[in-house]
Amino acid sequence: MKSFSFERAQSPADAAAAAARQPDAKFIAGGTNLLDLMKLEIEVPTHLIDVNGLALDRIEDTEQGGIRIGALMRNTDLAAHERVRSDYGLLSRALLAGASGQLRNKATTAGNLLQRTRCPYFYDTNMACNKRQPGSGCSAIGGFTRQLAVVGVSDACIATNPSDMNVALRALDATVETVKPDGQTRAIPIADFHKLPGDTPHIETALEQGELITAVTLPKPLGGKHIYRKVRDRASYAFALVSVGAVIQPDGTGRFAVGGVAHKPWRVEEAESELSRGAPAVSQRLFADAKPTNENRFKLALTTRALASVVEEART
Amino acid sequence: MQSPGQLELNRRDLLVSTAATVAVSAVPAAAQAQNSTGETVQTTRIKLSVNGKPRELEVDTRTTLLDALREHMQLTGTKKGCDHGQCGACTVLVDGRRINSCLTLAWMHENEEVTTIEGLGTPETLHPMQAAFVSHDGYQCGYCTPGQICSAIAVLDEIKAGIPSHVSGDITAAPEATALEMRERMSGNICRCGAYSNIVDAMTDVAGRQA
Repeated sequence: MKSFSFERAQSPADAAAAAARQPDAKFIAGGTNLLDLMKLEIEVPTHLIDVNGLALDRIEDTEQGGIRIGALMRNTDLAAHERVRSDYGLLSRALLAGASGQLRNKATTAGNLLQRTRCPYFYDTNMACNKRQPGSGCSAIGGFTRQLAVVGVSDACIATNPSDMNVALRALDATVETVKPDGQTRAIPIADFHKLPGDTPHIETALEQGELITAVTLPKPLGGKHIYRKVRDRASYAFALVSVGAVIQPDGTGRFAVGGVAHKPWRVEEAESELSRGAPAVSQRLFADAKPTNENRFKLALTTRALASVVEEART
Repeated sequence: MQSPGQLELNRRDLLVSTAATVAVSAVPAAAQAQNSTGETVQTTRIKLSVNGKPRELEVDTRTTLLDALREHMQLTGTKKGCDHGQCGACTVLVDGRRINSCLTLAWMHENEEVTTIEGLGTPETLHPMQAAFVSHDGYQCGYCTPGQICSAIAVLDEIKAGIPSHVSGDITAAPEATALEMRERMSGNICRCGAYSNIVDAMTDVAGRQA
């Protein structure tokens, strides 16, 4: 790990201003992803801004009948919150399907949103990676691709977003609230928050230099059945090969997002109107522009089957 | 090869030099010093409580809580396995919650209460979970055991507190300490000897006595 200085931020706006002053600075909250990457010298901040003292660890009701989740709320506390369990079960389920008990006790809402890819070529500093070192090339393309993206990929990157929580937030139409270094705040719809790789896979989100996430809001509850189906190589503590986060209504209509298949939680609203025609029809719309490799083509069929089982579970 | 004595001397020299830097520095959180290879090192003073005792340390800002426990406080009961949050050998309790001590920095725990395996019981009066691991053979080589025991204690607390898990059928209901629940909740603690079934037995034993 490279040496760094640190400071403890006193307010969200101060934290953002401090980050803007030092381009090599990083915010640290739970640290479970950042410190792992710092040990590998994939992340090399020269300064850390500790945001843990900012009291952004609460849930409050919004005027619109939804909830505002503090950026620093730990994954365990968010998943266990009474209102989340009863009204946003999909979010609880997705969080509980991710990581381990120890990690969920530290990991925060904002940190989970910013979780970096688990592409093995991003993690291996001996390999070319456009995300880690822009312009160096992509060793994943033509490499071992079983776990990597099948849709929304580019010639520069085929990494996936590893988060379970993000899949739930996408299906639930979350909004990400931020503060910028000049003190201005903004609200970013989750659909616009995570980027596809394109020519700039190192730019993963809509956040600007120094911009700090302060909260995530959810609209009023949707009702219906909340299901998170995660398919992975072992029953617990593994990243998804594919996952489906869905809210299905009694009349069979619904909405869903898919994890493990793209650089961002994958949601195609037009595909949702096909739900009454069955999972294969939905999948066809969902993966209309898919570019799987021979090693990860199975993810298309796996998603179709996961979707079918979610629809089936919703009926019972 | 350096003798342990030389290493000790070097560390003391570094501490002396960093202490001097602290005295004249205006930087609030960290101070700068150079180590023996000429690299600039940032250090900071931290205060925390470990197993009920107040501790004050001067550490490199990069020092993880795990390294602070093992290298600075000689509390080597907590083990370093993968050092990347994948194996759970470093699990400790901070303010009563289990975390991977390898994925957190010592200075992030200012004024917090850390409990390690050394703080749970003594050889004469074992913590009930330690005693259950012994009577159920919940280990073979023992390397993962301190982390398993810290985690196991926290798991039973989490179930009591009503925190749901991935395998909870109804996440709005209070979870129960079933073998299925305990296995899921213990998935962040790897045991390469494969003592898993005996660990679940030990936990079931303690959970039954608590009920």
